[in-house]
Order: sequence, then structure tokens, then C-alpha cells
Amino acid sequence: MALAGTTYPKRDYSLTGPERERAIARGLASAEWYHSDVPRKEMKTLMKRSDGPALRDTVLWLALLAATGAGGVALWGSWWAVPFWLAYGVLYGSACDSRWHECGHGTAFRTDWMNDWVYILASFMVMRNPVSWRWSHARHHTDTIIVGRDPEIAVMRPPEIARTALAFIGLPDVFRHFAVLWRNALGRFGPDERDYIPEAERPRAIFWARIFVAIHLAAVLAALLSWSLIPLMLVGGPRIYGTWHMVLTGLLQHGGLAEDVLDHRLNSRTVLMNPVSRWIYWNMNYHVEHHMFPMVPYHALPRLHALIRHDLPPANRSMAEAYGEMIRALVRQRREKGYYLRRTLPPTARPYREDLHDDASVPRTPAA
Amino acid sequence: MPDWVDVCAEDEIEEEDVIRFDHDGRTFAVYRDETGAVFCTDGLCTHEQVHLADGLVLDDTIECPRHNGRFNYKTGAALRTPACVALATYPARIVAGRIEVAV
Ligand code: FES
Repeated sequence: MALAGTTYPKRDYSLTGPERERAIARGLASAEWYHSDVPRKEMKTLMKRSDGPALRDTVLWLALLAATGAGGVALWGSWWAVPFWLAYGVLYGSACDSRWHECGHGTAFRTDWMNDWVYILASFMVMRNPVSWRWSHARHHTDTIIVGRDPEIAVMRPPEIARTALAFIGLPDVFRHFAVLWRNALGRFGPDERDYIPEAERPRAIFWARIFVAIHLAAVLAALLSWSLIPLMLVGGPRIYGTWHMVLTGLLQHGGLAEDVLDHRLNSRTVLMNPVSRWIYWNMNYHVEHHMFPMVPYHALPRLHALIRHDLPPANRSMAEAYGEMIRALVRQRREKGYYLRRTLPPTARPYREDLHDDASVPRTPAA
Repeated sequence: MPDWVDVCAEDEIEEEDVIRFDHDGRTFAVYRDETGAVFCTDGLCTHEQVHLADGLVLDDTIECPRHNGRFNYKTGAALRTPACVALATYPARIVAGRIEVAV
């Protein structure tokens, strides 16, 4: 695909630059957001916690990790090992993201220590500091895709499509993440981290960074001592060779949609997916629903979707369809500064809450 | 002597649930636990000023609907980050089937 050059300078996505002040001045920080109506009784049922679904999924996840990892090691040197490593890679390098996410919200299990331990394990696999990222993700929910406030904007404008494609093999993400862990392990935090991690939490962030760095260095050492790649295939490596599914699903969450709005229907995307991807992704394909009501556990999201879909833009019917629309939007965003993909609401929906944000910066008719 | 303010009929709050109560320009959260006893706290989360009445009551805790910060609604203690600062609590009682709070 021929890509035209960009025609405007990159926005400043740092949390300490002029966009931060602009977001605050425009009332976009810690603002009121649009919510679809859900009767309290229904919402209570949806938010109800249980250990059952996440226990079942976690036991299955760990068992599959053990079985595929053991298969890969046992068949090392033969082509038969390849499918085992492909599966192990995705279970480690992609499924970790959704486990990190749901357990970080504290909604996957009813029992707290289960949420906490799966969260730590998944944070290790995805190479994120479990303390820092809890705060970062809280900010992502407060100020979703608000430039200058949200530390988790995956595709910045103008979109760098080649760089985005590299993310499918963990580049440069894995090195960037490890560098952050390394820096935290030395007790150092960047300006953005200092913006969202309270001082009192930093010692815990340093503690976990040291443990995570030590285990990764032990894997490197084991590889050197045994002169074998197996230790790195098992630990750390899947963040490169198995991360593609996390990126495949994750880019769809907000890619090509609006920035600086206060209605999740304008900046998040729900995509219907096959059951295997939904299991790996723990139903985060219902992303508008998740952002509107983050306390609804992953296993209840299909029910929430059925309840409010009359008020949402139609869900994409497949990943292929969603990628089609997103790639077209990203290519266009390289040339057109204010462009975003604006989906038509069904007649049953309440209109987009444009009054909550600045209509001059986020035009109601972005497409000519 | 505290000034008791009428909130609602006792059965307007389900057991293990919470409602929002606005009074005199302030907002509160009024709870019933699983035994039917009533409690009252400030209505907004101490993390980012979100109405706790949209959250989930689980045993003695209220979960904030935005980031799952948690508080013990009987003592006000903050139990889970990102909520770090305790909630103010207020006396609550039931008189002749009506819930009253002293705020
Ligand atoms: S707003 Fe309540 S925990 Fe963040």
C-alpha cells in the first residue's frame, strides 16, 4: 500500500507538555463521561463477582502453558516443536495482557489474592511494572484518549504505520518496557510516571521491578550457560514471538477513532470475534462496554453488550471488517489532521454527547 | 445533639446496596448491609470524585465504579488503590421504618 507522507507535525502526547494544560483548560481531564442507561438492578447483577469463570480459565491457561512449553522443549530441534512454541508464545505473550488487565481492575475473581497473584504473574509476562501500570491504567480510564492525560494511547497522530506494524513482533516495545523496568529497578521514574504514580507507591514499584529484572537476567544467564535458546523461548522471548495476538486485538480498541471526546462510543470500538480470540482476550473485544462500565467482569460483558447495544454504534462483525475500516482511517489520519472515524448510531441510540467536549476541535462531520 | 435528616423509607434501599443522597449542596452515600443495618459516608470517592452510589456493595466494602478503589463503608477506611484517603462517615439509623442520617 502506498503511504502518502504526513502533512502536519506530531501532537505532543507527553503528560507534562502543553497538551496537558490544554486538556485541563478545556475541561477534558477527570471529566464527566456519557453512560448508557442501565437499571441499577441489572447493573448490580452484571457487576456481581465470582471466582468460577476466572478460575476455570486460569487453570486452563496455566495447564496449556505447561503442556505447550513442555512439548516445545521435548521436541526442540525438530519441526514438530514449532506448533508448540507458536501456541506457548501466544498463551504467554498475548494472553498475559488480558489477564493483566482484568486482574488489575480487580474484577476477574471475587477473591482478592487470586486477582493480585494472577495480576503479578501476568505483569511479569507482559513486562510491565505491576505498581506503575495500575496507576497508568487508572488514568487511561479516567481520561480515555485525552491527549496530554492518557498514558496508554497506542496509535498517536499522525499514525506511524510501519512502527505500528513492528509492534506485532514486540518491537520496539519489549526493549522499551524492559528499559523502564530496569530504570525503576534502579529507583528512577520518568516525568510521565511521576505524573500518575503517587510517591508512596514508588518503593513497591521498585521492589517488583527488581524481581522482574532479576528473573529475566537469570533466563539470559541460563541461556548463556547452557548455550541454548530454550530458557529465552520460555521466559521473555514470547513477548516477541507470541505478542502478535495482543497487538492484533489491542490496536482495534481505539485505533482511528476520536481523540479528546467524553463519549466512549466515539473513541472505543466493539468487535465481534471468534471464541478462541475472545478467550485469549478475555472478552475485551466489547471495548465500548468495558470503558463505560469498567466494573463489569469480563465474563459478563456479552450480557452487557446485549443490554446496551441499541445505544451503541453497530459492533464490527469481524476483525477483518474492523481492520478494513481502521486501516483506511489511519491512512487518512496521516494526511488529515482532524480526521477520525465517526460511526453512525442506530435510531434507537441517544445522540453523541458532543456538548461535553469542544466541537471546534472534534468536528461532528470529520469526513468530507 | 446531631441533626437527623430524613433520607427515605427503609425498604427503598435493598440489603447489600447503596443509594445516593443529596442534601444541602452536599452528596452522600447511604448503605444497607446484609443484616439490614444502615450506614452513611461521603458520596464521592476520595480518588477522583466519582459517585460511589454507582458502585458495588460487597460485604462491608463499597467498590468505586471507576477504578475499583475500595472503602469499608462502616469505618470509611480506604482498602484498595487507587483510593488511598479514607471516606468521612456519618451516623445513620432507622426510625419507624425511615432511614435518617446525621450529616
Ligand atoms: S475514582 Fe474512585 S477509585 Fe478512582
